[in-house]
Amino acid sequence: MVVAVALAGCGDNGQNALDPNSGPSRDIATLWWGMLIAATVVFAGAAALLWVAYLRRARKGLPRLGEDDRTARGLVVGFGVAIPIVVLVALFAVANFTVIAKTQAPAAGSTRMTIQIIGHQWFWEVRYPGSKAVTANEIHIPSRTRVDVVATTADVIHSLWVPEINRKIDMIPGHRNHILFYADHDGVFRGQCAEYCGLQHAHMSMKVIAEPPARFAAWLRTMASPRRAPATPETQRGEQVFLANACASCHAIRGTPADGTIGPDLTHLATRGTLAALTIPNTRAALTRWIRDPQHIKPGSKMPHIDLGDRDLQAVVAYLQSLR
Amino acid sequence: MSAIASATPAGQARVQRLERIWAERPGLVGWLTTTDHKRIGLLYLFASLVFFAAGGVEALLVRTQLAAPNQHVLGPAAYDETFTMHGITMIFLFVIPITTGAFGNYLLPLMIGARDMAFPRLNALSFWLFAGSGLFLYMSMIVGQAPSAGWFNYVPLASRAYSPDKGIDFYSYGLIFNAIASTAASVNFIVTIFKLRAPGMSLNRMPLFCYAFLAVSFSLLFALPFLSVALILLELDRQLGFHFYDAAAGGDPLLWQHLFWLFGHPEVYIIILPAFGFATSIIPTFVRRRMVAFPLVALAELLVGFLGFGVWAHHMFAVGLSTSTTTYFAAASLIIVIPSAIQIFAWITTILTGLPRFTTPLLFIIGFILFFLLGGLTGIMFAAIPFDQQLTDTYFVVAHFHFVIFGAAVFPILGGLFYWFPKVTGRLYHERTGQISFWITFVGTLLTFFPMHILGLLGMPRRDYTYPSGLGWGGFNLLETIGAYVLTAGLLLIVGNLLYSLRRGAPAGNDPWSGATLEWSTTSPPPAYNFPVIPVVSSAYAMWDEDDRRADAARLNRGELVLERGHETVASTVQDGDWDEVLTMPSESPWPITLAIAVTAMFAMLLLEHFVTAGVFGGVALLALLGWHTTEPQES
Repeated sequence: MVVAVALAGCGDNGQNALDPNSGPSRDIATLWWGMLIAATVVFAGAAALLWVAYLRRARKGLPRLGEDDRTARGLVVGFGVAIPIVVLVALFAVANFTVIAKTQAPAAGSTRMTIQIIGHQWFWEVRYPGSKAVTANEIHIPSRTRVDVVATTADVIHSLWVPEINRKIDMIPGHRNHILFYADHDGVFRGQCAEYCGLQHAHMSMKVIAEPPARFAAWLRTMASPRRAPATPETQRGEQVFLANACASCHAIRGTPADGTIGPDLTHLATRGTLAALTIPNTRAALTRWIRDPQHIKPGSKMPHIDLGDRDLQAVVAYLQSLR
Repeated sequence: MSAIASATPAGQARVQRLERIWAERPGLVGWLTTTDHKRIGLLYLFASLVFFAAGGVEALLVRTQLAAPNQHVLGPAAYDETFTMHGITMIFLFVIPITTGAFGNYLLPLMIGARDMAFPRLNALSFWLFAGSGLFLYMSMIVGQAPSAGWFNYVPLASRAYSPDKGIDFYSYGLIFNAIASTAASVNFIVTIFKLRAPGMSLNRMPLFCYAFLAVSFSLLFALPFLSVALILLELDRQLGFHFYDAAAGGDPLLWQHLFWLFGHPEVYIIILPAFGFATSIIPTFVRRRMVAFPLVALAELLVGFLGFGVWAHHMFAVGLSTSTTTYFAAASLIIVIPSAIQIFAWITTILTGLPRFTTPLLFIIGFILFFLLGGLTGIMFAAIPFDQQLTDTYFVVAHFHFVIFGAAVFPILGGLFYWFPKVTGRLYHERTGQISFWITFVGTLLTFFPMHILGLLGMPRRDYTYPSGLGWGGFNLLETIGAYVLTAGLLLIVGNLLYSLRRGAPAGNDPWSGATLEWSTTSPPPAYNFPVIPVVSSAYAMWDEDDRRADAARLNRGELVLERGHETVASTVQDGDWDEVLTMPSESPWPITLAIAVTAMFAMLLLEHFVTAGVFGGVALLALLGWHTTEPQES
């Protein structure tokens, strides 16, 4: 059992609770290893007692139908009451006073920055209070900086979970929950919605990108700016197609009249590495397929099929690809 | 030694008289109108096994879809309906009805020396309402609108805005009247246990099985109202536009979670408590000694049921409750470990200090102890709040609760099927095949559910209809799917063994195991009147008091405590089990099934918005109730 889990801990998939990349995550992982050792001892001990019973099955003796066995009762009280009380009190103190202090929501005003993450069926909207920046699914934070994340939802309950950074927090209508994001070092950490939220719960992933504070600041400036005006005839045509069709009623592109809020903000779509909450890569081919038939790639997604015709489709793709 | 076998001609005449008095109509009509707790128990058994098969097929579909990344065995909509129906089926239509409905009904009166349950017609009504609720829930699949918000059905996903079709309404109405059936059953159990025990069976001489069922019945009685209230508020929101759960209008979706888990956590203990009862029946028989620490174990069974009401919010550690709240619920969740640990070590110590015979039923109980330990230990981990907040809603939780409610709750059911098979059928199962089937199901269970722990730690959330490759999840998922098929093979082997033995098994006699409790004192299968003479009891292990049983046989010949004047059983005092009075029991009746059919049809018509037809069925239900109250118990 221990070996199996230890092997599993070696995997580096970016979403591994046993591969912590922050203080809170590390404390939880350490707590787990401690609990695993204690649990293994208890399990092995109990199994050993049953094994002894098996080995002694053939011994001679009379049925002890009516015997009141004080020793046996003592064993029950010892193993069933005394030892558990000691172990459980220790666990309670370590987990729920010490570890919890580090994984808790940050106290108001204790962080230098706040970001707002809003769960949607089925993507993550990200806002940076104090800046005009709005993005989706790829959450940039400065590394080695305590970030207060405000977690809310636009529709049903979701749960924000990036296991290598911290534990999860649910996003509940009518509630504003907080959680601490902190990355020890630069890196990309994967997260996923943990509370079942409907048809595409499976395709509601996100990345947290921790980068040096200076690079983060530059990125945030870009994100806050309006869209890069289309420079070629094709991209200009693409913007017209985008605005003339239903696209603009669901998506916002700052700097244009498009200000929809149903789908992700696309102002700087081309800076993102993936589409549809990490479902497909953000390449020209994948983007074309996505616009042409979103329900095939993500059945149930709010993105409708819109028949644009080949030329308009190519123009919209070229335009979206230019939004750096 | 059976009382009938040693009866004198006078005794034989009394037995024949009882046969005549307690005989029910033959054939199908007899089954439909029966009030015999044993027949009702068998009806529950067959119905819940059918639902077990349905829930099992759903589980296999889910596992097949997840065998590899990016598969298309089920689309997202079908997957969501499948896992939702799997949960509902296994909890409401399989585990609870098979433990309380089938085993409880069949065995409880036999264990306490009674001739039936306290309210035989109510008992029949419970079964038919349960069957109606099951058909009702599955009707949703037939009309293509199955519920798909998971078995705990969180709002607002389950609200009209996000689940506009009738799936959630099937869920609400189906569970409301499933709850009516369970409530009726638990009242029946409580009164039966308190009032119908054989003379001499004071509370401290009551088998531990009965303590477990007492705890289950009280838990059901107090837990189900929370569920019913939650469901009624939900339907008010959905049908009439109320705002109990609607945050935009000042309601709160967390209200649903509190109400649901106020029911839902006691429910977990409702599922597991009968297993404790089975273990405390099977272990003493096969290790040939009394349970160690009997009073502690009885107390622990009751305490588990009681404390189960104080821990619900540990399902909600990630919703953003205040720290003081979460630490309270974490502490309560740790306290409940103690009565569980007492029982585990009482079972282990009893086995260790006895002379165990490792037959199939005991093997299943050993499997149960190991799985309960495993699921219990991971359960303790979830009382470490930060760990819970990291791993809740992942496959680690799925692993944890399947070890508890499959490993720990279902293994004793399987052991119980083998253990009481000779009593119910009069034949022995095939022992060697039984042991092989244990090992297959044991390995299958480990293979199916153990890798889920690792998947949870590797970050895989539950309830995803598919997952990408490249996250290292494929191999473990494949193992689990293979495990699920191995497990299925083991379960099919059990079914095969029992079906074969039903026809070809060796005759069992009354008491093939030297069992400790009263069900083994009567013939196999037991006669309609259970006991030719009401036993008089002087310990919790009545069958091991051989003088008492000889005294019973002598009383039959003298005509004492035979109650041969009619459909009668003995009522005794609640605490001391002293003789109180003779109760006249009702016999077979067409009203329970009529009432249940009318109520089911009424709910179905309400759902389909045929209000006039619903009114007609409501009228039929009222008439059936009238009929119920006009028929007097038959005198012979």
